[in-house]
Amino acid sequence: MEVNIFQYDFIVKGLLGAIFASITAGLAGTYIVSKRMVFLSGGITHASFGGIGIGYFIGINPVIGAAVFGIMSALGVEYLSVKQKIREDSAIGILWAFGMAIGIIFIYLTPGYTPNLMSYLFGSILTVTNADIISLGVMSVILIFYFGIFYRTILYISFDEVFARTYSSYVDIFKYITTSLIALTIVLNIRMAGVVLVISLLTIPPNIAMIFTRIYFKIVLGSILAGFVGTATGYAISYFAGIPVGATIIFTLVILYVVAKGTNHLIMKVSNFRNRSVNDIN
Amino acid sequence: MHSLSAAYGTNIVLQDIEFKVSENDFIGVIGPNGGGKTTLLKVILGLLKPVKGRMIFNSELLNGNSIGYLPQMSTGDVNYPVTVTDIVLSGLMIQKGIISRMSSSDKKKAELVIDELGLTALAGATLNELSGGQMQRVFLGRAIIGDPKLLLLDEPGNFVDTTFENDFYEKLRELNNRMAILMVSHDVGTISSHIKSFACVNRSLHYHPSHEITNEDLLAYGCPIQLVTHGDVPHTVLKHHI
Repeated sequence: MEVNIFQYDFIVKGLLGAIFASITAGLAGTYIVSKRMVFLSGGITHASFGGIGIGYFIGINPVIGAAVFGIMSALGVEYLSVKQKIREDSAIGILWAFGMAIGIIFIYLTPGYTPNLMSYLFGSILTVTNADIISLGVMSVILIFYFGIFYRTILYISFDEVFARTYSSYVDIFKYITTSLIALTIVLNIRMAGVVLVISLLTIPPNIAMIFTRIYFKIVLGSILAGFVGTATGYAISYFAGIPVGATIIFTLVILYVVAKGTNHLIMKVSNFRNRSVNDIN
Repeated sequence: MHSLSAAYGTNIVLQDIEFKVSENDFIGVIGPNGGGKTTLLKVILGLLKPVKGRMIFNSELLNGNSIGYLPQMSTGDVNYPVTVTDIVLSGLMIQKGIISRMSSSDKKKAELVIDELGLTALAGATLNELSGGQMQRVFLGRAIIGDPKLLLLDEPGNFVDTTFENDFYEKLRELNNRMAILMVSHDVGTISSHIKSFACVNRSLHYHPSHEITNEDLLAYGCPIQLVTHGDVPHTVLKHHI
């Protein structure tokens, strides 16, 4: 098969996108899954759609609008739940729908060309730009350094915040920084998987890894690997079948999860069987 | 502590407390619910700033480095993917900055503590694989790995399984040779044989340096209570507050 320049561009972009998406989603995803922040992250994702709408309306890059909205809503929910002024899940539920409403309103108010809504909701390879890939790459580096340098600090604060407060005064600062980075990661991955589906890109890979290991560091590595297989395969299917990439990525990841679960189940059965036969002999 | 007061908002919980912890003391903190026992712990831990007064330990100002803390209940998520070794190591965080690498001597230390608490086989396990008593030992390990001068315990009797309870208090008695212990408990009856002195907290604090035998101490409870025991149980009755 002959590879033309367009296909070459797609392959490079797709591979780099898959690598960076899986690194960022693996690091951020392991954090939100371990800390049970999946619902909060879903809220951040949908709230940031409001930023996309406003970005279009005032004529700036929608990703910047989304980033501002994402970080502000993340910090807002953290702050409100610390102050305990409102139930956190209710706050998220309101934010979730409100962000979507703002987004739709401003996209429809934008005169002239209406952007392809589908590409933001479900992801699209064709609209992923070089700038998107580069910013995801930069985000990967930032996250690797952040989690690498502060690994134990972050791990212990998220495991037992109350105890962490007995030895440090920087618990809140770390929570706010980490949550902001998570929000940015989500926003940048919206270009990959779309607003509706990006949360699964963060949550499925760690859950695949957790079938095999309970050690945080290994879960991160496992989810990056699972995420890469899922995004790369999803990308290819999307390209050849012309289906929005978010859907194909998530579909692949769920299949991967089921296969992993089944494999693990089989391994357990076999090792149990072996143990039993050894015991019988004894 | 010198004439120390603590309050939530305008609600004064502890007032003008004078209190001295000496080396190798084993203090049982008793008092009614809402009397300020937990508040006392929070103040010592630095989670709550006293309205006035200060704390002195061994004629030095008390700082976090010299305190180990075992909370009433684990506030950590039992399903969190973190191993026993890592949890015990987190007790060293107090001596670390925000960039917290654990050296091999730190890991060696964790190994020793885990061994001392009989958890070696479980060093790589996560909390959801442990029993309640084992979990408690893990958190005790986290509290003592930094060789604190003062160990704070918040009502340990409440979440220990009974088979482990005796071992646990035996362990505390051993640790008491290395550090002072301050234990908040409702369960004074079963631990009094190890405790060397008592502090009764009910807004004010009354310190009883030893096992004194007088009529009743329970006035601090502010309501009529009597202890019911069968014979032959060793027990301690404290002097009236003056």
